[in-house]
Amino acid sequence: MEGVSQEVALGRSFEKVNAILKKHAYNPSNLVGILQEVQEEYRYLPEEILTYIATALGVSPAYVYGVATFYAQFSLKPKGKNIIRVCDGTACHVKGSSAVLKYVREYLGLREGEETTPDLLFTVETVACIGACALAPAMMVNDDVYGLLDEEKVKEILERYEEGREGADGV
Amino acid sequence: MVFKDRVSLEAKVAELKKSMPKRKVLVCGGLGCLAKGAQRVFDLLVERLETEKLSWTVEKIEETPHHPVKTGCMGLCEAGPLVMIEPQGILYLRVKPEDVEEIIEETLKKGVIVERLVYQEEKNGRKELWPLMKDVPFYRKQVKVVLRNCGSIDPESLDEYLSRDGYLALAKVITEMSPDDVIGEITKSGLRGRGGGGFPTGRKWQFARVVKADKKYIICNGDEGDPGAFMDRSVMEGDPHSVVEGMAIAGYAIGAQEGYIYVRAEYPLAVRRLKKAIEEARAAGLLGQNILGTSFSFDIIIREGAGAFVCGEETALIASIEGKRGMPNPRPPYPANRGLWGKPTVINNVETLANVPAIILRGAEWFRSFGTLTSPGTKTFALAGKVKNTGLVEVPMGITIRELVFDIGGGIQNDRAFKAVQVGGPSGGCLTEKHLDLPIDYDSLCGAGAIMGSGGLIVLDEDTCIVEVARFFMNFTQNESCGKCVPCREGTKHMLNLLQKVVDGKASMEDVELLEKTAVVVKDASLCGLGKTAPNPVLTTLRYFRDEYVDHVLHRVCPAHVCQAMKEYFIDPEKCRSCGKCARVCPVSCISGRPKVPYVIDQNQCIKCGSCFEACPFDAIVISWRRKNHE
Repeated sequence: MEGVSQEVALGRSFEKVNAILKKHAYNPSNLVGILQEVQEEYRYLPEEILTYIATALGVSPAYVYGVATFYAQFSLKPKGKNIIRVCDGTACHVKGSSAVLKYVREYLGLREGEETTPDLLFTVETVACIGACALAPAMMVNDDVYGLLDEEKVKEILERYEEGREGADGV
Repeated sequence: MVFKDRVSLEAKVAELKKSMPKRKVLVCGGLGCLAKGAQRVFDLLVERLETEKLSWTVEKIEETPHHPVKTGCMGLCEAGPLVMIEPQGILYLRVKPEDVEEIIEETLKKGVIVERLVYQEEKNGRKELWPLMKDVPFYRKQVKVVLRNCGSIDPESLDEYLSRDGYLALAKVITEMSPDDVIGEITKSGLRGRGGGGFPTGRKWQFARVVKADKKYIICNGDEGDPGAFMDRSVMEGDPHSVVEGMAIAGYAIGAQEGYIYVRAEYPLAVRRLKKAIEEARAAGLLGQNILGTSFSFDIIIREGAGAFVCGEETALIASIEGKRGMPNPRPPYPANRGLWGKPTVINNVETLANVPAIILRGAEWFRSFGTLTSPGTKTFALAGKVKNTGLVEVPMGITIRELVFDIGGGIQNDRAFKAVQVGGPSGGCLTEKHLDLPIDYDSLCGAGAIMGSGGLIVLDEDTCIVEVARFFMNFTQNESCGKCVPCREGTKHMLNLLQKVVDGKASMEDVELLEKTAVVVKDASLCGLGKTAPNPVLTTLRYFRDEYVDHVLHRVCPAHVCQAMKEYFIDPEKCRSCGKCARVCPVSCISGRPKVPYVIDQNQCIKCGSCFEACPFDAIVISWRRKNHE
């Protein structure tokens, strides 16, 4: 059952991949951009699509795989609908970002080594700096920045996303 | 409109200067303020002014209502959302939607200052108020060259940029200066690369200019990867046109027709605003074919980074734009000779390029009037960490660290003691109290073992463990090492292990020696800047805070009470009821006891997990930090 639905999903995705490839004129020098758009579409880079892209661009699958694994932004595993990026930059670090990460992970009930919730609603990552040092400790949920976090605020923010009230405007 | 020549551009600039409303309410739209709810304040202001306009036009026909503008970062992120009232220059802090009514009624209508929103300091029991932005201690010592428009114009409006003499520098360059004149002016100004290295910009351009090639490229490096730095983001978000104009001028100087801006994907707002700026400039004929009717053509493409710190390095950045793994290559050949797609390429940092239009318009002499002899001009810093006024600042080079931290930054939060300041991010170093009077310029910082870096400045107080900070940075560089060269790949790993041992209280003094030796090797033998500078945090902390390493190693003490391994858990025999709960949850079974006798923790086996602390129903578990005379 799962295999079938995946196939269907992939069948659809190749169409979209084709559109993305076309937009980038099948130019291997746009590979990073292509992968970014594919990931935006599917929230991760499925292996089949990487091979497909390699063939379409006339480069080896190893080359595409190499690029896909080099950059922190790319994920070969499915990511959640909402990406939580807990900032672990210097300013956030000295102001307690590890506690924020702990709250987030505890709230989502993630076990050690897990990054994505089983319902694919959230993925938790740490980033080196989101440049919101004045708001340390900070985190991003998708493109929204939240600062001056503590346990309560983290809970409040995540609750909002759980209920689908996204794009809430900050602190 | 499309500008066909310089005259029409100048006419438009003159016209805009006259027609731009003088009475303005500026709401800071920087990331910090937005996250604190600036958007709601702005929306409410727009809405209220809209309704006020009706009644105003009826009653006071000549008065134009205040024009609300959402700007880029105003700098004092700590106290956001910020609102400034022009032309008086009144600055209001921490403005909430509830305050909007009062601001309109009191300040806009009657010109009365709302005192509770003004910057205030308490001195000798007396409250001092600083209602005007220019008087606020945070701004008093700042000089705005790079940030000249940041925080005072709407970054999404070309007209606003034009009204600040925007694109006049480009017009001047392409109509009356030769490329050599431009390079000469930049060389004379003494502008040095603001990305950290401090290489003279004029010379860099000259190298690329003299190479003969059919195509050349300008790259703007907006891959601001240093944790704790957000200056470039603020410029790209707050004044994107200045970057675009700077790039076009650089393109003219070296003979390039194409430019790339490489921006971190973590900066979506910067990407959006840059895209808009480029589109608008193109539509106005300020980018594209035959700019202002001259033979000069130039266009810009944005490339989003995909999250790799090493891509801030020139050659790695080029590889990344070419769609490859972002790994550095040995230099020479330098990008100025063989860069993007093998063509001569100049890579300048965002801040460097934002300086260029100002230098062209006002001259090298003017630029040299700021800063020091070897480091002219200003530098932006992201002031963060345990300092009172965190935010974005721009100061003349040569200012002392003390002035920056205490006068502008307002000192340490919660009145704790100053311990160190970390300059230059993972490539920089920690400087101590005795460096407080060190002037900030490329050469002084280098001499002290730190680097200017791109300008992240993190203030550390007595509650910060220096060894842990060194471990933090090493963890960062080890993660970001691309793995191409052995010294960096393996060296950073070993250094991290050694630092981890120190933090865990398991290191010996030989480990510290080995750490120091490894650091020197990594510094000397690595291929690119990442590896060459990665040991700096370790080397500077070993140099200035050796005592703290010794405390961790010999005494197993963390003076700042940060390193968990230096904690000890005890059972208070008075409170212990011998219920045994702690012993049952202890994962290493190091708690022993029997009924009616208080339980005891075996300190040698305890892993400081804290499980017993949480399990005890009688609060009998006590945490204490080891002290030096403990043993």
